[in-house]
Amino acid sequence: MIEQDVLQRTLHTALRHGGDFAEVFAEDRTSSNARLDDGKIEELVSGRARGAGVRVVRGETTGFAHTADLSEAGLRSAAEAASAAARSDDGGAHVTALERREVAPAHDIRIEPESVAKARKVEMLQRANDAARARGDAISQVSVAYADGRRRILVANSEGLLAEDDQVRTRFFVQCVAVGDTGMQTGMEAPGRSIGFELLDEFEPEEVAHIAADRALAMLRARPAPSGKLPVVLRRGAGGVLFHEACGHGLEADLVGRDASVFRGQVGEQVASPLVTLVDDGTYSREWGTFAIDDEGAPAQRNVLIENGVLTDFMWDYLRARQEGRVSSGNGRRETYQHLPMVRMTNTLLLAGDDDPDDIIGGTAHGLYCAALGGGQVNTATGDFVFGVTEAYLIEDGVITEPVRAAQLIGNGPEALRLVDAVGNDFDTWAGTCGKDGQGVPVSSGQPTLRVAELTVGGTAA
Amino acid sequence: MSSDLLELASDIAGRAAPGEQLEAYVSRTRETDVKVFDHAVESLTVAERAGVGVRVIVDGRQGFAWAASLDPDVVSAALTDARDNAEFATPDECQGVVTPEEADGVTAPVLDLWAEDVGQVSTDAKVQLALEVETATFATDPRVRGVEQAAYGDGMTEVAVANSLGVSAAVQRTMCSCMSIALAGEDAQTQTGYGFSAGRAFADLDPAIAARDASERATRLLGATQPESRRLPVVFDPLVTRSLLGVLGAALSGEAILKGRSVFVGREGEMIAAPCVTLDDDPTNPEAFGASPHDAEGVASRVNGLIVAGVLRGFLHNAYTGRRSGSGTNGAAVRGFASTPGCGARALALTPGRLSAAEVMAAAGDALYVQSVSGLHSGTNPVSGDFSVGAEGIMVRNGQMAEPVREVTIASTLPRMLLDIAEVGADLTWLPGGAAGMTLLISEMSMSGG
Repeated sequence: MIEQDVLQRTLHTALRHGGDFAEVFAEDRTSSNARLDDGKIEELVSGRARGAGVRVVRGETTGFAHTADLSEAGLRSAAEAASAAARSDDGGAHVTALERREVAPAHDIRIEPESVAKARKVEMLQRANDAARARGDAISQVSVAYADGRRRILVANSEGLLAEDDQVRTRFFVQCVAVGDTGMQTGMEAPGRSIGFELLDEFEPEEVAHIAADRALAMLRARPAPSGKLPVVLRRGAGGVLFHEACGHGLEADLVGRDASVFRGQVGEQVASPLVTLVDDGTYSREWGTFAIDDEGAPAQRNVLIENGVLTDFMWDYLRARQEGRVSSGNGRRETYQHLPMVRMTNTLLLAGDDDPDDIIGGTAHGLYCAALGGGQVNTATGDFVFGVTEAYLIEDGVITEPVRAAQLIGNGPEALRLVDAVGNDFDTWAGTCGKDGQGVPVSSGQPTLRVAELTVGGTAA
Repeated sequence: MSSDLLELASDIAGRAAPGEQLEAYVSRTRETDVKVFDHAVESLTVAERAGVGVRVIVDGRQGFAWAASLDPDVVSAALTDARDNAEFATPDECQGVVTPEEADGVTAPVLDLWAEDVGQVSTDAKVQLALEVETATFATDPRVRGVEQAAYGDGMTEVAVANSLGVSAAVQRTMCSCMSIALAGEDAQTQTGYGFSAGRAFADLDPAIAARDASERATRLLGATQPESRRLPVVFDPLVTRSLLGVLGAALSGEAILKGRSVFVGREGEMIAAPCVTLDDDPTNPEAFGASPHDAEGVASRVNGLIVAGVLRGFLHNAYTGRRSGSGTNGAAVRGFASTPGCGARALALTPGRLSAAEVMAAAGDALYVQSVSGLHSGTNPVSGDFSVGAEGIMVRNGQMAEPVREVTIASTLPRMLLDIAEVGADLTWLPGGAAGMTLLISEMSMSGG
């Protein structure tokens, strides 16, 4: 993307007025989207963003500038702008000669999205639309979207690192509206992976459409969700976002460092039920949050965060790790070259246990069964988190019975972790976009069927 | 200021081939962002970002492409991509760029939304302001034991749109703000509070207000416990009312209505809210942060009355939804350069009532005062109307603030909440985020707790 000697000179410029670390992060991103709505192919969209961000660090202070101009002159002026915040009289650090690090791809891409004709992508939309509408006359509206993106990144820093990665992601969305006597309901399904067009072989359009349509139809029969504390069983793959919110964010070293995490100072302590082993795994093959190197050039890793309920470590980016005299855990990520990196999750997975999922449901006298979740949010300083349930059912005498309307669940992270009292032997993942400080990055969460003994369900029924 | 952008947009629009409609939307923002922590600058970003979106319509088929660059080669490549993309769309007779007749249905207001001082004040002064917010937050109360983040940010944005039928418009606006997140502690409990000050001009900012609000919102939650579940009246803080209006605005967009994705489909002319509720979207009001003389397709802005004394009177339309619904565009196209025009609100506000915030509280009697909500995105559904969000706040007893509560949700449905609005406060204040806020009393919601 940029010649090695240009990078070397840009880093030199960045540190000319002071600073102890400089970095060039260049990115070339292309995207292609297609959308069917209301029975029509509404639009195809192509996008292109290319540029570089330069940061200069002096002590705890970071100067940052970015440019869409990848010429040497463009990079030089970004480097000069970034260096202004790190200006000092003692002169900058020495720039180590760049040495290209060979990066093995995270996994193979079987069908490059660019090699697929647009007509073929459009055909997938039509197939999903037809399949969803065929599910019943109650399906009143269907929206289908296909999106692929390719992100080539290059990281060069004053410590001599030079590494590149080529990241491909593909996602397919189906959203249905169903109309019945009690009003309208929605159902959505949106598989995404860090792979190419082969996504549509693994998740056939008809299959995705059926899940979305059936979800909307099931919710037509839903009665108001209960209000108050109940045992909650999360279907495999549907509830990983609970752990992403309940403790994932609180284990990000930047928030811990600001004293904005309830988990500060708890490494080595029992913070969760012994049934809980939680990993953040950027190497998990083909998953939505997977990559070969993070956005600071560190290789993706599998990091154990909680082992049998004991907190083992936090997640780290370059700057936070440097302050503690250790190395990054491969969790330094940014949305685009226009953003500074920070500590982010990748694929956050609660590992499977021993229980039969049917036994977990069968052993619940009165509770809520969550089959699909929306997003969530957490206040890491208090540990209080919420997440939205979009498909849920009552459990009565150990049997899944009536559907209930969408509702928010609320809990406290450390409390919820201790209240996990059954962990199944199945497993699945869920793709999403994690937002932090205005930056969205692709992540996944995963978990087996499990039960939390008590969470507050925010419904309207007594 | 925006003349070069307007020239670029017009130049692109001028490349339309016979039988082809073309529209270019160009934007450029210069911004400064300062984050401080522990009395030092944590990061300083000074940057300019720009981009272009090109829309092509041939025989009712639309194609679109965008690029985060104004480089001539990149712009030409986007045009080629947009033309290629148009070949795959389903023909739709309502598709097309805005006509001069549609654009000039009303006279565009003359608005001054640009404050020169944002660009003139030195970066050092901006850094100092961020540091001042942090210091001031610490100084407010001994129970403030940390400031999770204090920051200053500004943007000077220029936008231009032009199409091959000769419609063009340019808008420029500034915006700056400072904020603080206070961490208050007492015994083992920690609470957080957010405070900010925002304006068009640097001179509008008051770091003391950001510090005071952050501190007050954090400290007054100390000692919060989880209450029992029950139904009760709920008082919304102006910031929460702003968020509710945002959800409502999405459900009143012409696109949601046309595609059957709104709980308000088919309700026009009906009483959907309490008689005290009148809701306008007024981007012609320069006090609104979303004010603009034109919408994102170049149509003159106007006041759109959406709910009048409780009766649903209209929706927000862009050119496409205006044609399809037969009511015509009302200047409500919204977009960034990376998307085709949608439709939505920019400056929503309820007509204020007579009671002050304290009087609304007194009228509530025994209620829950909601200071902030969480999970708004996952907990509200404009199609089903379901509304269930996490909340933190303070119990109101005999019209006075009493003990704080945490780990609760509040739930109802959007239609129910509109009918249950008992008081609209007089304390209208324009807030960033496309709507104004004021204290609001809703006569009953379900509170879930222990």
